[in-house]
Amino acid sequence: MLKLEPRPQASKFWSVASPILALLITVVIGVILFVALGKDPVKGLQVFFWEPIKSPYALGELTVKATPLLVIALGLAVCFRSNVWNIGAEGQFIIGAVAAGGVALLAGKDTGRWIVMAIVLAGILGGMAWAGFVALLRDRFNANEILVSLMLVYVADMVLSYLVYGPWKDPAGYNFPQTKNFDAITQIPRLMQGSRVSIGLLIALAGVAALWVFLFRTRAGFAQQVGGLAPAAARYAGFSSRKALWIALLTSGGAAGLAGALEVAGPIGQLTPYVPAGYGFAAIIVAFVGRLHPVGMVFSAVLMSMFYIGGELAQSRLGLPKSLTGVFQGLLLFTLLACDTLMAYRLRFAARPALKESA
Amino acid sequence: MESYALLFAATLNAGTVLAIAALGLLINEKAGIVNLGAEGMMLCAAVAGFATVVHTGNDWIGFAAGMGAGAVLAFLFGLLVIWLNTNQYATGLALSLFGAGFSAFAGIKYVQEKLPERPHFSIPLLGDIPLLGPALFRQHPMVYLTMALVAWLIWFLYRSRTGLVLRSVGESPESAHALGYPVRRIRLAAVVAGGALCGLAGAYISVVYTPLWVEGMVAGKGWIALALTTFATWRPARVLLGAYLFGGVTMLQFHFQGIGVDIPSQFLTMLPYLATIVVLALISRNPAWIRINMPASLGKPFYPGS
Repeated sequence: MLKLEPRPQASKFWSVASPILALLITVVIGVILFVALGKDPVKGLQVFFWEPIKSPYALGELTVKATPLLVIALGLAVCFRSNVWNIGAEGQFIIGAVAAGGVALLAGKDTGRWIVMAIVLAGILGGMAWAGFVALLRDRFNANEILVSLMLVYVADMVLSYLVYGPWKDPAGYNFPQTKNFDAITQIPRLMQGSRVSIGLLIALAGVAALWVFLFRTRAGFAQQVGGLAPAAARYAGFSSRKALWIALLTSGGAAGLAGALEVAGPIGQLTPYVPAGYGFAAIIVAFVGRLHPVGMVFSAVLMSMFYIGGELAQSRLGLPKSLTGVFQGLLLFTLLACDTLMAYRLRFAARPALKESA
Repeated sequence: MESYALLFAATLNAGTVLAIAALGLLINEKAGIVNLGAEGMMLCAAVAGFATVVHTGNDWIGFAAGMGAGAVLAFLFGLLVIWLNTNQYATGLALSLFGAGFSAFAGIKYVQEKLPERPHFSIPLLGDIPLLGPALFRQHPMVYLTMALVAWLIWFLYRSRTGLVLRSVGESPESAHALGYPVRRIRLAAVVAGGALCGLAGAYISVVYTPLWVEGMVAGKGWIALALTTFATWRPARVLLGAYLFGGVTMLQFHFQGIGVDIPSQFLTMLPYLATIVVLALISRNPAWIRINMPASLGKPFYPGS
């Protein structure tokens, strides 16, 4: 008979070991799934864990996908640490992309390189505005931020759809729902030739450092988190929960909007209905698997990016649907949450429970 | 007039989907558990139900399959949340993300499939009344069963002993535990029942409401159902009313398109989501109103002996 025994203190060991154990369990389930589908599991594992890192080109693609995931997750970490449940990052990403795309479309061919700054800024502001709605409704009306932020994802999706099917549709686009390709001058600068990796990577890494300093070295970052951990203590210390709510939502919205801008003015280069690729949802998993820690999230963003690329390769190489990505991403979060139990509880073998059922 | 009768019929149909799911969520929320996995459970159940009907041609076996799928996923969620004490919000979210991926994966070969032809349902005699017939009496039996479910649920929650125990577990698990009730088992049972109903709603979508399968076809109805429990301040009858109201908003877009109102379709599609936000904000504004019927331990973990 297995029994859970509360630990006096959360285990440091398991806070690091639990994501690794969760990944192992996910991989084992993956192997079972491959065998059940009659596919070679070794090939399956290769597609997910070796192909994405085997060449400089592959590594570049891995980085291209990991960057937006990391940027969004950094913002979400501020939210989740303050116990604000923004799960509509996908919508903030879309509106960020729309705002950035709007600036890129407005800009003529002859503008200067500064336009990139304006595009990025527009993306950040767009994401902030979308998350700002959530903050406003939570602050003024006490409306549940989970539901509001999620509903706004569907609304954002429709806004994008309206624009690319309607006023922003490329007249020379053979009636496809897409805008014209953004001019070269509006492109987010690449880091080096021959790879699609852009300066977005540097921005993301700067974000990692900034978040680390904010969370662990500033009073504001401390105040931000106390409300999430101990609301009563926060009130006693005079930390404003309203302020924490606004900071959390504006930061995460801005980050998601930034990711949207980097995507449309970077690898995508135009607005289409396919701009939303689920990064906003996958970033939630990135944030949790990375323990809401800036450095941890670098690793989990890379891992989640491997799942994306693995899913695409599984489609072309193994004839499996691309949605395998979502299956593994969801599984990983599930197993992580289960394994996290080991942080707070010790697993004990009890000879026989004293009572029939302790509940 | 005829078109209004059809609009009304469509509203009942759309509202039924939301009502079934929201009643399921109401049951597990009454036991103190919030399951954000509704969307994921409904998606998986939609695939399971659709695939089953493709092979058997029988709606009811399809519904049973959907309920089974929802129950299994809810059971997993319940084990994690109730026995392993994981965070309810995060675990439900994981279920939704997993369900979205898994249903797309499992349903890929059914995307082009068509359901076999099944007889249209109409209540004898009543269905032939002009106007009233098409508006009220030519619905799928599930529409009427849902209304019956509400009546039963009101009796169950507020008049039966089991319902009283269920509510006590959601109000104060400590007291229920002290009285000797197996709190965790009751909560798990409530979660599984909720999952089965969400599953039924999912299967209803892919078998009756829009009889086909496409990726992500639940399109936020699971989340709207979650909002409905708050909107209804955890009262079954209000859940049903709210569901029909939202069903009406959903149908309004088709009506507007039908009578040729010149609004881009995307703005009409937004309506149910915007309505959810507006209604949530209005209801939540008054904390006292919410708190009267809200289970006191909603969303709080309970671990006996800690």
